Amino acid sequence: MKIGLFIPCYVDALYPEVGVAAYKLLKHLQLDVTYPMNQTCCGQPMANAGFEREAVSLAGRYEDMFQTFDYVVAPSASCTAFVRFNYPRLMKGKQRCEAAEKTMDICEFLHDVLRVTSLPGKFPHKVSLHNSCHGVRELGLSSPSECNMPKFNKIKDLLSLVEGITVVEPERVDECCGFGGMFSIEEPAVSTRMGTDKLERHIDTGAEFITGPDSSCLMHLEGVARRLKKDIKFIHVVQILAAGL
Amino acid sequence: MSTLHSKAAQRFLETNKNARWHDDTFWVLRAKRDVMAHELDEWERLRDVACAIKRHTVTHLDRYLEQFVGNAERNGIHVHWAKDAEEFNQTVLSMLRKQGVKKMVKSKSMLTEECGMNPYLESHGIDVVETDLGERILQLMHKRPCHIVVPAVHITQEEVGHLFEEKLGSEKGNYDPTYLTYQARLSLRDEFMTAGAGMTGANFGVAETGDVVVCTNEGNADMSTSMPKLQIVAMGLEKIVPDYKSLAVFQRLLCRAATGQPTTSFTSHFRKARPGAEMHIILVDNGRTDIIGEPEHWETLKCIRCGSCMNTCPVYRRSGGYSYTYFIPGPIGINLGMLKDKVRYADNVSACTLCCSCDNVCPVKVNLSEQIYCWRQGLDSIGKADLVKKSMSLGMKYLFNHPQMYDTALKFAPITNHLPHVLMYNKLNGWGYGHEMPVFKKQPFHEIARNILKDEDKKGNI
Ligand code: SF4
Ligand code: SF4
Repeated sequence: MKIGLFIPCYVDALYPEVGVAAYKLLKHLQLDVTYPMNQTCCGQPMANAGFEREAVSLAGRYEDMFQTFDYVVAPSASCTAFVRFNYPRLMKGKQRCEAAEKTMDICEFLHDVLRVTSLPGKFPHKVSLHNSCHGVRELGLSSPSECNMPKFNKIKDLLSLVEGITVVEPERVDECCGFGGMFSIEEPAVSTRMGTDKLERHIDTGAEFITGPDSSCLMHLEGVARRLKKDIKFIHVVQILAAGL
Repeated sequence: MSTLHSKAAQRFLETNKNARWHDDTFWVLRAKRDVMAHELDEWERLRDVACAIKRHTVTHLDRYLEQFVGNAERNGIHVHWAKDAEEFNQTVLSMLRKQGVKKMVKSKSMLTEECGMNPYLESHGIDVVETDLGERILQLMHKRPCHIVVPAVHITQEEVGHLFEEKLGSEKGNYDPTYLTYQARLSLRDEFMTAGAGMTGANFGVAETGDVVVCTNEGNADMSTSMPKLQIVAMGLEKIVPDYKSLAVFQRLLCRAATGQPTTSFTSHFRKARPGAEMHIILVDNGRTDIIGEPEHWETLKCIRCGSCMNTCPVYRRSGGYSYTYFIPGPIGINLGMLKDKVRYADNVSACTLCCSCDNVCPVKVNLSEQIYCWRQGLDSIGKADLVKKSMSLGMKYLFNHPQMYDTALKFAPITNHLPHVLMYNKLNGWGYGHEMPVFKKQPFHEIARNILKDEDKKGNI
């Protein structure tokens, strides 16, 4: 199985260790992983701010870069959702979006395609799981709290394969943390209040770490936590799944 | 360049000591709704069916309106059409004048709010009395609703107590809700007895029978129409449902979604005038038929005004109804405001993180967040785009389309770690309001990957 690794821009620049963990984990699972060097960004930050047309050329480049892979895997629920659900519309009448349709968040991929049942590492810590909006409500990584459907959480399933871990969730289990890309810049007061509320609910669980499938939400929460001098650590899910590698 | 919403929200959060209470109160409504939604096995199917019925009705509106009007007229009801707010207001006024009415009692109606009916009638010497308790409180305070279902929820018991002392002569210092409600009831009873006309809104109009259906918790719609000889119904064109069977679907969804009750206390069907009285229905367009022609936004017409999208919206809960510039706040209000006048109400479009929670609670599946996303795409063409966001977006586009430049930019990014605070936390950078800056790593993944690939190359792995 040929896997193209997609490392979104902010992971590339700010959280390279998340990219490394994703790469190592996929390698450990004996996959043929390639990281095309010319990749940059999916275009979500511009599009959500109202400049979707600026993302069209990026969608074209993405397609050319990743077309030949069986799957494109990214350690980011939000970017995955943007690529999978918006590229086909953006490229309508221009180009087929095969790569976009084959794009998966790494948790989804491990859970639904590889169906991993064991992981090598240990992580003897209590973590509070941050169920990020696009992971929950667009990719279906867990059952949205609003919907009447059997409860599930793919990330929790995966984390529970790691030895020694205790996974908890905050009250208001999938309420938005208030990042929203440029929302955090345009509506700083609401964004900060939402972030503070979310942070406090995570801290109230007594966890040592906040973890989630989106570095963007974690970056926002960490920014708020550092401003408020709150003592809690942040780690991307894939770093826990790749523990010990 | 912050929007009016952003500024008002900041004021709300920084100055209102009830801000947290506001968030919690609406979260409780959301939680109650969840209990109801999870108790009904067929909840999600009901939503699908409700959405399908509304889609069908809205796209066949001519047919159902004709059927509705035919049946209503057969029942002896006078039906009027109003193309806009002005025509609606004039129709009401001339009706009242014809009968020499000086005072009208009314139950809650967002449509009369939309048309600015109360101030219009008052300026023509008609006394209009709101009979929904929340609306009455707001009317006495000269305030506008902050929510479409619980319009006065932001007013505290003490404030109501003071208001009633002054306006209704209630006991000084008695803020007991039961006592205050009793006082409101006493004063309203007089109004019911002396009003010459009674007006209601409409939750549904049933095409098959010509019924107007009004759902209330206080029974005030029934009181408003039981005494006066003239009954007027203000109804938006989109309120039509085909038949009783479809009504049953909405009836099961509406109150569960709105307040987390299985049903409203009163569901009143008005089919004909009482003996010796007259009943009129005014069907109001006011932009609705134009919305049908909007390929990306026509589904807002499915809305049954349950308010649950507001209750769940994390931004609404933390910014309050008055922070929006349109009279309907929250997710549906952002969209309806843009449909009304996209230049005037563009400031509300920033009030959304695109979390998609509103889409999931909406009982008729209006695609609220997708529509907000869509409105944002059009802001630049009407000169309403935020310049900071615009320049950032264009800059990003350039960078991301030129991998070499992008590489170089990443190499220099760590420098920003050392820039002094003043540079990073300037006015243009809203991030600095409540966040510390993220730390750029010495080596981006790009470079690490290049090295890994080189190593593996040496080992002959690739
Ligand atoms: S998608 Fe936007 S409007 Fe809807 S609930 Fe979330 S923040 Fe509110
Ligand atoms: S859009 Fe949906 S959730 Fe919002 S008020 Fe209308 S029906 Fe209710």
